[in-house]
Amino acid sequence: MNNILNFFEKLGASARSSLSGLGSCARLFFLTIIYSSDSFKRFNLTIKEIYFTGVLSLVIIIVSAFFVGMVLGLQGYYTLEKYGSSEAIGVLVALALVRELGPVVTALLFAGRAGTAITAEIGLMKTTEQLSAMEMMAVSPVARIVAPRFWAGMISMPILATIFSMVGILGGYFIAVLIIGVDDGAFWSQMQANVDFHNDIVDGAIKSIVFGFTCTLIALYQGLVAPPTAEGVSRATTKTVVISSLSVLGLDFVLTSFMFV
Amino acid sequence: MDENLISINKLSFGYGKELLHKDINMQFNRGKVSAIMGGSGCGKTTILRLIGGQLKPNSGNVNVDGKVVHEQGREGLRNIRRKMGMLFQHGALFTDLSVYENVAFPMREHTDLPENVIKDLVLLKLNAVGLRGAHKKMPAELSGGMARRVALARAISLDPDIIMYDEPFAGLDPISMAVICDLIRSLNDALGATSIIVTHDVAETFSFADYIYFLADGGVAAEGSPKQLLASKLPFVKQFIHSEKDGPVPFHAEAPSYQSDLAL
Repeated sequence: MNNILNFFEKLGASARSSLSGLGSCARLFFLTIIYSSDSFKRFNLTIKEIYFTGVLSLVIIIVSAFFVGMVLGLQGYYTLEKYGSSEAIGVLVALALVRELGPVVTALLFAGRAGTAITAEIGLMKTTEQLSAMEMMAVSPVARIVAPRFWAGMISMPILATIFSMVGILGGYFIAVLIIGVDDGAFWSQMQANVDFHNDIVDGAIKSIVFGFTCTLIALYQGLVAPPTAEGVSRATTKTVVISSLSVLGLDFVLTSFMFV
Repeated sequence: MDENLISINKLSFGYGKELLHKDINMQFNRGKVSAIMGGSGCGKTTILRLIGGQLKPNSGNVNVDGKVVHEQGREGLRNIRRKMGMLFQHGALFTDLSVYENVAFPMREHTDLPENVIKDLVLLKLNAVGLRGAHKKMPAELSGGMARRVALARAISLDPDIIMYDEPFAGLDPISMAVICDLIRSLNDALGATSIIVTHDVAETFSFADYIYFLADGGVAAEGSPKQLLASKLPFVKQFIHSEKDGPVPFHAEAPSYQSDLAL
């Protein structure tokens, strides 16, 4: 009996702590919005963060996208060939990338590269009392540190996802057209005819905005609540990757079921 | 004008259910250098955070220049903090900014001064702490003592009325310690500021402080000028000043009997 009670007690405590975390995260978001006007007045801070989170993520995004596109080209060709429709490879690669892989893989890479950097940086700033020092100088850390990083993530993520899809399509083109020899015209014209701007591209962009919001907010929150110790920062960094990845995959299912079904 | 710039009135504070401070009263006079001393973990730094409004008291209040700190809104707190400069234990310099940018940071945030004026002021402040020549360096290139001095230049960059020092001597070599001691006194007098130092370094503090508070057991155990405290017969003060390992502050942490722990 006691074991059952303990189980429910632990379950309740964990649900309560998750909910309270979610509440604090929402509070951070509203504070970020309130302080964003201060942050926009000095947009150069956001531009600097766009460089760190966006521009410096380009290499990993481009290389990954090219390989993902090439794998899609290979796998797609061998399957489509069985049904005599290998010309549809362009559509398959484009739709898979624009609707799903572009936003999702970019978000996972973004969480791993930029998200962890944000968490570790803010966690260390907290550990070395830089955030406290800022507060004592009557400068809000939310306005100076959090808001520029939040907007940098929100701006960078959709651009990175778009670049991912574009490079991925080029990867698919390289394999399907240049290596295997699928007809060049068919590759592009089928893609042009079957990829819809509103249903595919805009929905993919919405996904990447939602993922950008989720990953950036989680990274910022984990950095701010990290215990001020080496172990605390390392745990927070791990949490950023785990929670962001699971949230992205879960949200992707929800968004897909609303958008494409 | 009230003689006390800061007064702490019947203040109680605790992080959990247990109170760290119980009904504390303290006064910090204008233009004076006051020190808060006590053993590690007695809540010295917490007092600075309560003065700065980073923590709220459970009861009582901190009054800065006639305003109750914890009752202030966002703007009120901002105005109070603009009059304060704080030197953190390890400097808390912004590691992504150069020495120059660190000192310029409060000026850029709170004033619309043109760049040439900011440059002159930054070099002036750095000169006051003897580090004008290091203005291009990054914080990672500085020694502990130099970082502390740059942080001090940043703390005084807006000529604050109140300068708070959190363990300014911790981990410093004797030369850096003497330099910081000298700077605390000279900056306080030159700026006409009120300084509060949280420390447990007896020799240095007694050499230049005007008034000293000793914290122990959640309250003020003793207070007075260095001269009065040196003559004090209070066992706690004697133990602290003469670094005796046992006395009112026991050597052993609270524990069950030795025999029961060893199962004898």
